[in-house]
Amino acid sequence: MLNKSIYLILIISLVFAISFWIGFNVNLLPAEASINAPIYDELFKILFIIGLIIFIGMTIAVIYSLFKFRKRNDQIGDGIALEGNLSLEIVWTIIPSIIVLLIGLYSYNIYDRMGGMKELNHNHEMMSSNTEKIWAGISQTSDNEIAINNLSIEVSAMQFAFLFNYPKGNFISGELHVPVDQKVSMKMESKDVIHAFWVPEFRIKQDIIPGQPTILNFTPTKVGKYPIICAELCGPYHGGMRASIIVEEESDYNEWFNKNKKPEVNL
Amino acid sequence: MTISIDPQKTNNESLQPKGWLRYFSFSLDHKVIGIQYLVCGFLFYLIGGTLASAIRIELASPMSDFMPRDVYNQVLTLHGTIMIFLWIVPVVNGAFGNYLIPFYVGARDMAFPRLNAVAFWLIPPSGFMLVASYFVEGAAQAGWTAYPPLSITTPQSGQIIWILSVLLLGGSSIFGGINFIATIIKLRRPGLKLMQLPMYCWAMLGTSILVVLSTPVLAGTLILLSFDIIANTGFFNPVLGGNVVVYQHLFWFYSHPAVYIMVLPAFGLVSEILPVHARKPLFGYTTMVFSIMGIVVLGLVVWAHHMFTSGTPPWMRLFFTIATAFIAVPTGIKFFNWVATLWGGKISINSAMLFSCGFIINFVFGGITGVALAQVPFDIHVHDTYFVVAHFHYIVYGGTVFIIFSSIYHWFPKVTGKMLNEKLGILHFTITFIGFNLCFAPQHWLGLNGMPRRVAEYDPQFQFVNQISSLGALLMAISTIPFLINVFLSLRNGKNAGDNPWNALTSEWLTSSPPPVENWKGEAPLVEEPYGYGKEISEQK
Repeated sequence: MLNKSIYLILIISLVFAISFWIGFNVNLLPAEASINAPIYDELFKILFIIGLIIFIGMTIAVIYSLFKFRKRNDQIGDGIALEGNLSLEIVWTIIPSIIVLLIGLYSYNIYDRMGGMKELNHNHEMMSSNTEKIWAGISQTSDNEIAINNLSIEVSAMQFAFLFNYPKGNFISGELHVPVDQKVSMKMESKDVIHAFWVPEFRIKQDIIPGQPTILNFTPTKVGKYPIICAELCGPYHGGMRASIIVEEESDYNEWFNKNKKPEVNL
Repeated sequence: MTISIDPQKTNNESLQPKGWLRYFSFSLDHKVIGIQYLVCGFLFYLIGGTLASAIRIELASPMSDFMPRDVYNQVLTLHGTIMIFLWIVPVVNGAFGNYLIPFYVGARDMAFPRLNAVAFWLIPPSGFMLVASYFVEGAAQAGWTAYPPLSITTPQSGQIIWILSVLLLGGSSIFGGINFIATIIKLRRPGLKLMQLPMYCWAMLGTSILVVLSTPVLAGTLILLSFDIIANTGFFNPVLGGNVVVYQHLFWFYSHPAVYIMVLPAFGLVSEILPVHARKPLFGYTTMVFSIMGIVVLGLVVWAHHMFTSGTPPWMRLFFTIATAFIAVPTGIKFFNWVATLWGGKISINSAMLFSCGFIINFVFGGITGVALAQVPFDIHVHDTYFVVAHFHYIVYGGTVFIIFSSIYHWFPKVTGKMLNEKLGILHFTITFIGFNLCFAPQHWLGLNGMPRRVAEYDPQFQFVNQISSLGALLMAISTIPFLINVFLSLRNGKNAGDNPWNALTSEWLTSSPPPVENWKGEAPLVEEPYGYGKEISEQK
């Protein structure tokens, strides 16, 4: 009996050790290039480790049972007439409930840190009235920093392209240029069917919906060129609907911005 | 006016064709209807599988080079629709439900035999229509979800045929659901209590409740969508002031419970198979019943987790996260109970057992990624990517389809009177298990790293992993060959099974193989302990 429980403890700790080792050493995610990314990766690591423990544990239990309790050739008759064990069943109801609840609370915390629970404000004093209803998105800010830095961008999506309107510069670009380490606020609307704005390196995604503006705020942290991918089936060329986001140093960004800037037209 | 149907009379042998011809007739025998469902479903599985192979061939290279882009979208739409509505739902509900439920409740037939036959005969024409729509103006190409406005703007005839076909299949499903509820509640043999029913009855009761509550919502939604397409109404058309997100809510109000309509019956079937081959009672009968009902209730209030990146406000995202994650609790109970059922048994390692254990391992994996996907911040990155594709194939293929095969190995002797060949069966399992995991496990990585779903072309850096996945798909396609050979060989020269080759205790085994039209020659047996394995030994002591 004592021997058995020692083996059990040994196996459980081995499962934990393997899961933690894999969780910390195997990286399944692309580069981290926004403030959201390390927060997301933290959540991913935790879920990955818990998942590995459960998966490896269950797999070992199934394979061990198949091996240990297999019917030998000379055996006849049945196994033990064990119809249940209430205390055991209560244990494996309560423990998963607690794990699930803790994961839920933790992911709420993560979501809050990503800005998911902030009010959906968008600083577009020129382009939209304050009463316009924003339906959904991730907002990271409620201050005026964005308006000051000219980083309000209007995204319109259509079959099969993204267009980025820089209202402060009065121009439209097919490439999204943003300066590193500054908050960017985007208001997105579709001209035809549903599209989605996804940058894997930023770990953010938001559908772009016809008739309902959505918001997406983010802060890039790493200079580079990343793909913008449409993630919602939008027609035959859905797979080709891509654009690039170019994160650059502020001076490079300003140079690009001033080159494209057009004088305001007074109507 | 009441019409009393005495199954013995309606199945009057002079009225019904005999031999193999009865499988092409409007038979009222629940066993014939069950086989009709199974064979019809399997033919559609072969069509859906061919489409899947076409998708994997296209994705073996990063360019869109195997078929035109719009045909690719038609292929993925048909693949999803056929696999869900013509293979998994009809087989796991209609085929096994019709065959087994009357046995389990001790009845001679289902409550409404004619409705039952109508429910089946809706399937072949609607399936034929769906496949044939390719030759009209092109099949539907907006995905099996048919989100507007895409479904409104793509070629109309294909989309309308798709809607009509899914409406008929939904109708068939509702007829079946009503029939199962009535049979389980009202046709139980005198003396048989609810809590003595085999677990599959409980699973089918829960599933049928979901079918009856949620399928009408899908039907209504698709009718509104068809109005938008044909009559230029504006329910979901933003140009006319419609709201596209409302469609998604209505669609997923059915289509999330549809996941449980596909997996709950499999949970029931595996609960029948494991105790027989492990020679042990089902562990924790009462908690199993309550967890089924818990899944039914929770399954109705989680639909918006499919819409975390659509137009859903933050509070809604949170509510659906918690509700979804909690489904893991009743589901987890069932898996722990199945492993506990194996523990201490005398397990026969045969094809049925291996497929059931493969199901447990695959489904646990899919369940874990499911809990992760329920978390809003996690889902926002991987939503609509190959991660999701991998997740739901682990649930519906690694889960339900493995159980369909397990059930075929388990009940084939009862249905035909012949045993299936075990060597070919184990070969079938091995190729399927390896192929399946090779095909879908790498797709998790693809999704995390930036490959969206439903694309015909992708970033060339993903080519190698996609080729591994395609290799797995090839193995899955090959794995049907030993299965088909096995079925045909065993039908011709299989070993005679006898009445009860597994020494099982449930009532379908207490009659001849194949069973007579009236199920039992004499009175229906009263099985008070469907899982009473090991009892005789303890009594002898």
